[in-house]
Amino acid sequence: MNLFSVGFKTLFYKEILRFWKVATQTIAAPVVSAMLYLLIFGHVLDGRVEMLDGVSYTSFLIPGLVMMSVLQNAFANSSSSLIQSKITGNLVFILLPPLSHVEILSAYVTASVLRGLVVGLGVFVITAWFAHLSFVAPLWIVAFALLGAGILGTLGVIAGIWAEKFDQLAAFQNFLITPATFLAGVFYSIKKLPPFWLAVSHFNPFFYMIDGFRYGFFGQSDVSPWTSLAIVAVFFVALAAIAINLLRRGYKLRH
Amino acid sequence: MTAAIQIDSVEKSYKGFKALKGVSLNIEQGEFFGLLGPNGAGKTTLISTIAGLIRPDVGSVRIHGHDVVKDFRQARMKLGVVPQELVFDPFFTVRETLRLQSGYFGLKNNDKWIDEVMENLDLTPKADVNMRALSGGMKRRVLVAQALVHKPPVIVLDEPTAGVDVELRQTLWKFISRLNREGHTVVLTTHYLEEAQAMCQRVAMLKTGNVVALDTMSQLLRRVSGSSLVVHLKHGGLPEGLRHLVAHDEHDEGKNNGGDTYTLRVNDYNEVEGILARLRESGAEIDEMQLQQADLEDIFIQIMEGSSQAGASVR
Repeated sequence: MNLFSVGFKTLFYKEILRFWKVATQTIAAPVVSAMLYLLIFGHVLDGRVEMLDGVSYTSFLIPGLVMMSVLQNAFANSSSSLIQSKITGNLVFILLPPLSHVEILSAYVTASVLRGLVVGLGVFVITAWFAHLSFVAPLWIVAFALLGAGILGTLGVIAGIWAEKFDQLAAFQNFLITPATFLAGVFYSIKKLPPFWLAVSHFNPFFYMIDGFRYGFFGQSDVSPWTSLAIVAVFFVALAAIAINLLRRGYKLRH
Repeated sequence: MTAAIQIDSVEKSYKGFKALKGVSLNIEQGEFFGLLGPNGAGKTTLISTIAGLIRPDVGSVRIHGHDVVKDFRQARMKLGVVPQELVFDPFFTVRETLRLQSGYFGLKNNDKWIDEVMENLDLTPKADVNMRALSGGMKRRVLVAQALVHKPPVIVLDEPTAGVDVELRQTLWKFISRLNREGHTVVLTTHYLEEAQAMCQRVAMLKTGNVVALDTMSQLLRRVSGSSLVVHLKHGGLPEGLRHLVAHDEHDEGKNNGGDTYTLRVNDYNEVEGILARLRESGAEIDEMQLQQADLEDIFIQIMEGSSQAGASVR
């Protein structure tokens, strides 16, 4: 299996072209949204709460917002591309050629990762002016950004395959992805939660992505970054296996 | 020689409805083959099965010997499909669309062929226009071009001229005929039977998921219905010995109401001479005479209504 086949590269390029042609919606808008979160929450809470030792709330918030943007946009890219193609019928252009299941999945996921990273970088560049940020372990930042975006890109493929209408995809996004992201410690440290919700948070894989990502900035985290890395990696492999199985079976794609 | 398309006992059901009931067909390399049938006959299901968009419950399909499920990469490289629905990706121009489609088939630097396809389908002036801005006919041309970007040896056209103007039809058939002459196998479904009659060398007719007729076009036209000899007699009547030739089926009923006008079935042109001789012997004088060749539409109606013996002539 050649992962760098012309077929893979073409589908990857098409997915990039798709979001780049509507960059106002796919890149600028989420950057502005994250900026608003920072202005509102940072203004209200900075100086009033401290989530990590010696780290201001605004500084704490920025990596969370960056990672949240990376995750949400990686999911939005693959899921919206697939559902649009399914509903308009042009998915047939992907299904008729000799593209393998791995080529299809990897093209959608890598394009999603790229969009997630572009938006995340945009959020970082805009928000970094508002607080001092350190980079204690940059490799952790890169590793969790890549893995987190990969997971959400894969989850977007699964959701796009499963959903038959925009409504179902919106439900997936609004009732699963957004709450799981918001409740994963973007705006707070889970150590500040009551015991029950602290325990519940440990079952949320998004928490490990954000916690590990934040560790790269401050060298502090709620759980060990190695634990987070292991959990996130297993989650990614499991989701990729599910997505490949769905594509191989032609679930809701080939009848 | 390996068949271009080999369909073996394909069955497909949707929630209890059997769309294909054991269809078997061999389409030879280089053929221009027609797949005809009324709406709901199973044509598009069969084409989707050939294209790998639908997986058969039973049976198999091979393209140039490659199974469309087990050996899908090779099978799909050999196949170009023009879908029935007018689908397009609104993000891209015509040229981008064709370059992307070419890349999906593993071809880069394919601009020379892409330009030739666009030229032959009169798409060149629209090359850099966004797909959304094209008319329905132009979008249909792009769909045809997309199916041809990888020069597939087998081309399947699912109602390619539905709702398009005469100009596109002529352009399309000219180009497709050229490709057929160059050795490409062409499979066509259409509701325009005159198109099928003009283009196809062999035809299969589907009805409720079964193949009810399979023959060459010339055999179908000759054997199934034959021709009609319409004679208007000035004097005398039809001799007793010719009365069994009068067309009686529902389709011809209206033709016998002209008083001294008779429509006689003839299976062969040679029979005409005999009929004329019998008329002369009986003293009848012919005022007007016309030989009408049965067309595909006559045959199609007869077969679909089950009123012809052609239903049994599956070859």
